Amino acid sequence: MNPRVNPISPLIATGLRKSYGANEVVCGVDLALQPGECFGLLGPNGAGKTTTLRLCLGLTAPDGGSISVLGHDVPQEGREARQRIGVVPQFDNLDPDFTIRENLRVFGRYFDIDNATLRARIPALLEFAGLSSRADTRIQTLSGGMKRRLTLARALINDPELLFLDEPTTGLDPQARHVIWERLRNLLKQGKTLLLTTHFMEEAERLCSRIAIMDHGKIITRGEPRALIAQHVEPHVVEVYGEGVQEWAKACGRRHAERCEATGETLFCYTRDPAPLIADLDSRGDLRYLHRRANIEDVFLKLTGRDLRD
Amino acid sequence: MTAKHWSPPRLSLRFLHVWRRNLLVWRTLAIPSMLGNLADPLLYMFGLGYGLGRMLEDVGGMSYIAFLAAGVICSSTMMSASFEAMYSAFSRMHVQKTWDALLNAPLTLDDVLLGELVWAASKSFLSGSAVLIVAAALGLVPSTLAIVVIPLIFLTGLAFAGLGLIMTALSPSYDFFMYYFTLCVTPMMLLCGVFFPLHELPAPAQLLAQALPLTHAVALARPLVNGTVPPAWLLHIAVLAAYAAGSAYIALALTRRRLLQ
Repeated sequence: MNPRVNPISPLIATGLRKSYGANEVVCGVDLALQPGECFGLLGPNGAGKTTTLRLCLGLTAPDGGSISVLGHDVPQEGREARQRIGVVPQFDNLDPDFTIRENLRVFGRYFDIDNATLRARIPALLEFAGLSSRADTRIQTLSGGMKRRLTLARALINDPELLFLDEPTTGLDPQARHVIWERLRNLLKQGKTLLLTTHFMEEAERLCSRIAIMDHGKIITRGEPRALIAQHVEPHVVEVYGEGVQEWAKACGRRHAERCEATGETLFCYTRDPAPLIADLDSRGDLRYLHRRANIEDVFLKLTGRDLRD
Repeated sequence: MTAKHWSPPRLSLRFLHVWRRNLLVWRTLAIPSMLGNLADPLLYMFGLGYGLGRMLEDVGGMSYIAFLAAGVICSSTMMSASFEAMYSAFSRMHVQKTWDALLNAPLTLDDVLLGELVWAASKSFLSGSAVLIVAAALGLVPSTLAIVVIPLIFLTGLAFAGLGLIMTALSPSYDFFMYYFTLCVTPMMLLCGVFFPLHELPAPAQLLAQALPLTHAVALARPLVNGTVPPAWLLHIAVLAAYAAGSAYIALALTRRRLLQ
């Protein structure tokens, strides 16, 4: 089906609300995914991302709002919706008692997939996960990256149209993370729709065509990553480190940058024209600095603050 | 707890996926698991049955070892169902997060609970039946009426699996299960007629015993093993069935509260 001809949204959530006691963790979230896109849900810990995913899977009932996933009303038809969704959970829940191949086979049976179809699909999924040569080993021996790849392959066992990925690369080393990103781009090429939660801004920028930043249960901004950067922050960032950075901020930084943020001994200068800052820093030589383009992380920190979230 | 947690269970045959998953795991460990399950009841039967049995003429109209065999069939079923519904189910729910994976597939928590309930009962069925087979091999089972004990073992397993799943739904950690064993399982083992006839107990203790499920399992199993139809058999079956259904329903409501937040 060509999404341009038939632009039915695979996921529409309207006015979602969910409270735990007096604590409202999701307060009025609206989402509408476009077919074939990767949509990123960003936010600090405790922003309500995972709860939003749980609501969309029908694992918990909302206190308000409506959810439609692939044409099914959720949570009433959560089972039918999950039949066509793949889920990569935040924490691996592979079966430690089974081999890699058995993990895929047993999980496939939960979807009532017959043995012939499973026999046909599993080799391709093992290939996709890069685990063909280890298909019959138990999963305890696998590295974190291999487990994540297997979890991703397992989420594809029902050939889902829509994938939910809850922080798919948390805890992985850079190599493993790049492999996962490559696989996810592959899935986008196949036309699958991805809903990704992450707090790796780099991940969101690389993969997502649109993102929404969530904090305290609300979506505080949304749009294309580049547009959001242009809208919220100045295009250049000069990060300055070292003793005496406060004095330098007064003498030069705050004069030449549109906006400065200090955390400890680091100063972030946001500016349209970095040249005067860099010239001054080069002439002094006692402060280290890094000049880079503004990214989603800057937008994120501007909107959600630099305070620690636990 | 809200009314939603108490909504009627939505039963579906998908629970068989959960049962089958557990069976596949168990299959790889079947022999050590069966031997482990048999060791305990057989030690009771031979240790007490021959040792203590020598000092006793007969108990309730049969040799002490035959008397004991029927009791141990039931207590072994109770132990096995309780362990599976608590320690093993808790591992799958809380430690390995197997239930989370099941819930991301097109299964519901109702399917998972029913699967775990029937699985724990199935496993205890193997334990109880193994003791019955050993007793028969020793010539302690004179009548074919003992065949009826086989479905009774399964019903007993369901009752204790349901109770165990209530504990699992409430438990913060493995340590919590010790309370249930110390306060419920061990007293039942001693008070419900496994080792000596109920009427040897003081009256208040007998009354208490009548409220416990193991008493009713033993009251059915002992005459059946010995070849007679148990008096008031319908009442005993009703009590066991009520324990099974009631505890499963409470476990479901508590687990919904715990996991479907």
